[in-house]
Amino acid sequence: MLNVIWLLLLASGIVVAALNGHVELVTQAALGAARSAVVVCFDLIGIMALWLGIMKIAEKAGIIRSLACILKPFLRRLFPSVPPDHPAMGAIILNLSANMLGLGNAATPFGMKAMQELQQLNRGDKNEASEAMCTFMALNTSCITLIPATIIGIRLSFSSLNPTEIVGACIFATSCAMIIAVSLDYWFRTRSHWRRKG
Amino acid sequence: MLLTVLTTVSRWAIPFLLLVIPIYGYCKSIPVYETFVEGAEEGFYTAIKIIPFLVGMLVAISVFRASGAMDYLVRAMMPVMAAIGAPPEVLPLAVMRPLSGSGALGLATELMRAYGPDSMIGRLASVMQGTTDTTFFVLTVYFGSVGIKKFKYALITGLTADITGLVASIYICNRLFG
Repeated sequence: MLNVIWLLLLASGIVVAALNGHVELVTQAALGAARSAVVVCFDLIGIMALWLGIMKIAEKAGIIRSLACILKPFLRRLFPSVPPDHPAMGAIILNLSANMLGLGNAATPFGMKAMQELQQLNRGDKNEASEAMCTFMALNTSCITLIPATIIGIRLSFSSLNPTEIVGACIFATSCAMIIAVSLDYWFRTRSHWRRKG
Repeated sequence: MLLTVLTTVSRWAIPFLLLVIPIYGYCKSIPVYETFVEGAEEGFYTAIKIIPFLVGMLVAISVFRASGAMDYLVRAMMPVMAAIGAPPEVLPLAVMRPLSGSGALGLATELMRAYGPDSMIGRLASVMQGTTDTTFFVLTVYFGSVGIKKFKYALITGLTADITGLVASIYICNRLFG
């Protein structure tokens, strides 16, 4: 699936550029993007180090475990393959809360910590996403942001009369997306169980 | 009222965590500084580990965008947008949203500059920008950090959620502001 999409993005881009006689655009775009990917990762180093350092203290102090306990009944249904008091649950909760508050910088490190914990629980092929990882990604990519701060800021800078009027609409639209994502993920998960047994 | 509370919470969240976690750890007699450094080291390696995955994904997306192939995709999808009652001007944003965060933000800003933040297009662009996430980026970075190369059904789920978010944004904007 990913192989095909990746190839399609790349190949269709090169073919279109060639047909339009702008094939040099491909070179520029490819080299520029390769460099900016590294810049993004370097920017991540500091933030990742800060939050994973704080996470380590929280983990050793038992905060992550107690966080997992609070939301246990809810999370147990979503992640049946993860033991309910596993640190992965705590990291997932921190990631989703940071996402909801619009703290993107803190959300990414928490999410990666969750991924590492889930990878340890991954009993299948370590190159392939486990079911719990897919559920986590479904929750993460469709997660509600209570205050879309960036967009409110932009609306304000273009002197909107009511910069925050879109918040309710955002919450509605994200809730729809989240319901679909979680249901679809559940459907895929149960179907693969069924396949394995059959 | 609710919004003020929420804004205050997100303004205080990070300082609060930075204060409470180390103090609590210290009370539990954990060597806080050493533990911090130990965790921070993991952060360094994780960030470095993502680089090959991100280079692969960003190069493909960037070539797709810069070559004009994305514009053809947008043009092909125009009739679909008209059918669900959305102004065609927002379509490039809808296509860009799952691919590139900075690209989508640029397009949303441009739409608001051109049509005004309180126009239908401006509001729809705001809601679309505030609704879904950069699915490709998130999946690449998160899965890349643990060396996962096969995403299984996660990409289909994420993209379906994006399309749902788009349709829901158009519906709610037409209802609220139309």
